[in-house]
Amino acid sequence: MAETLMFNALREATDEEMARDNTVLVMGEDVGHYGGSYKVTKDLYKKYGDLRLLDTPIAENSFTGMAIGAAMTGLRPIIEGMNMGFLLLAFNQIANNAGMLRYTSGGNYKIPMVIRGPGGVGRQLGAEHSQRLEAYFHAVPGLKIVACSTAKNAKGLLKAAIRDDNPVLFFEHVLLYNLKDTMPDGDFVQPLDKAEMVREGKDVTILTYSRMRHHCTQAAKALEKEGYDPEIIDLISLKPFDFDTIGASIKKTHKVIIVEECMQTGGIAAELIAAICDRYFDELDAQPVRMSSQDIPTPYNGTLENLTIIQPQQIVEKVKAMVDGQI
Amino acid sequence: MIQERPLPTFKASTAEVSKEEGLRLYNDMVLGRTFEDKCAEMYYRGKMFGFVHLYNGQEAVSTGVIQTMRPGEDYVCSTYRDHVHALSAGVPAREVMAELFGKETGCSKGRGGSMHLFSAKHRMLGGFAFIGEGIPVATGAAFQTKYRRESMGDESADQVTAAFFGDGTSNNGQFFECLNMAALWKLPIIYVVENNKWAIGMAHDRATSSPKIYKKAEAFGMPGFEVDGMDVLAVRSVVKEAVRRARAGEGPTLIEALTYRFRGHSLADPDELRSKEEKEFWLAKDPIKRFSAYMTEHNLATNDELKAIDKEIQAVVDDAVQFGLDSPEPNPADLRKYIFAEE
Repeated sequence: MAETLMFNALREATDEEMARDNTVLVMGEDVGHYGGSYKVTKDLYKKYGDLRLLDTPIAENSFTGMAIGAAMTGLRPIIEGMNMGFLLLAFNQIANNAGMLRYTSGGNYKIPMVIRGPGGVGRQLGAEHSQRLEAYFHAVPGLKIVACSTAKNAKGLLKAAIRDDNPVLFFEHVLLYNLKDTMPDGDFVQPLDKAEMVREGKDVTILTYSRMRHHCTQAAKALEKEGYDPEIIDLISLKPFDFDTIGASIKKTHKVIIVEECMQTGGIAAELIAAICDRYFDELDAQPVRMSSQDIPTPYNGTLENLTIIQPQQIVEKVKAMVDGQI
Repeated sequence: MIQERPLPTFKASTAEVSKEEGLRLYNDMVLGRTFEDKCAEMYYRGKMFGFVHLYNGQEAVSTGVIQTMRPGEDYVCSTYRDHVHALSAGVPAREVMAELFGKETGCSKGRGGSMHLFSAKHRMLGGFAFIGEGIPVATGAAFQTKYRRESMGDESADQVTAAFFGDGTSNNGQFFECLNMAALWKLPIIYVVENNKWAIGMAHDRATSSPKIYKKAEAFGMPGFEVDGMDVLAVRSVVKEAVRRARAGEGPTLIEALTYRFRGHSLADPDELRSKEEKEFWLAKDPIKRFSAYMTEHNLATNDELKAIDKEIQAVVDDAVQFGLDSPEPNPADLRKYIFAEE
């Protein structure tokens, strides 16, 4: 049992899977000699060589397509998006080929690949480096979408993603790389399709993911003191959703708040609320509520940036309002 | 008189073709042509739907490239104009025709259609319907071969990948990005540009500041060749050297085959922009007629032998049509099958 920071937990996961399976390789910008923009692959090239830690030219669409071709022919590539936002340039390869090719090929090919890297709103990184692509990619069929949120689940989920036979978009968050956790010993693998119960409660179900999980737990601490008892679930899998866990919680609390960092329009919560209404409408005692980022490019100015994303105090107020019957 | 870019000349006398190989090349080209003619017929008879892009006129390229490789063992990556590449790679005519009919027995189980032909068994990496998107995938397959050989120690990994695309694609970023990476890492790949002069209605010279595509290889330190794409033996000759280089670990080659499509861009294209003179110029260079003449002049086959092959191929294509017509539709219960790999 050792304490590890999240970036290192991701590194351990990569290292362990590369040692276990020689078809696993990493490719992307500065993943080799430089060690990755957040040091997730630091020094791995010394152990596995330049071909398995492939430093690519800055050509996102092409190296993503290359990884797809390699995956179709039997390798298990991990792509690091230096910043996940850069993968907008690879949208065609991710959507048309990673997402749809297995289907259009009638099952001829499988595409075991992981596309991972830092996303989310950091600290004054400007609009382009503060994107939440999970929402943009959500409609693409054939992709699994996962967001890690702790050092522990980062490791276990990444190992599972590498072993999965499908393309997995794996979202890390720029502001979480230095979170610390005690790591389980041995070969720790966490299933991709299971949500995580963060805090059990009876008053309201809060569904969240990535960094907003920590905003929610912070809010819960304040709420506890005032006698509120929210249940917090980290979705982990953004596609497909784990309705076993989500449904069980809704049947208990009958109230839902979704807290997300992506923009509201076309966001993860937009789809999740629709799906919850489809499945559990009769269980709900109140209108399901979403708390999302503003529908604007993330501003550089720190004050404006804080106003763009949801803050813990807003979650406190929303939970109180919902539990007190004001929604 | 129209001004055509001069086609490079190839001395057929240097070709050294055995009777067996000659018949194989002829067979493959006739299969491509006969199959496509049948596609046009089926499309107009309402058996085939969507966009259908035919390959008539370009057969010497598919045959000259793929038949000079090891079909079924080496990788082939194509575009939306992919029927004939699939056939040359060994995908049975039945499976290709059934796919075009949208049937469960098609090579993509009726889920892909004309522009999405796949066969893992025949190492057909796909028909890729968007411009340029197949080039990185092909480059990845070539990377995989190098990786198996150098990182996994698999000495038998000497496969070559052929990536086919058109003149229009040579202005797309994925073309340049992949040429760079393939040259950088000396990947075993052959980039084959089928320059048929027209990207739908955009003439190559109107789209391209420097129209000689093969010369772009030089910017990446890669050999580039232009070849008469209407001459299967000329294509075969440059591909032989490219395959040798690739297998020897010497890296990629860019080949620009100057060719022409005898039909419109797709069967939906009114084909109003290409001049009669231009079409006649190229029709006179029909690669099948040219190779038939070569075969008979060099006593590799008699006219009767070639006619017998034509007849056999017609039977193969007729059988493919019947197979497609008789095949079952996909089961509606399987609508969501193949989205994810089975656990």
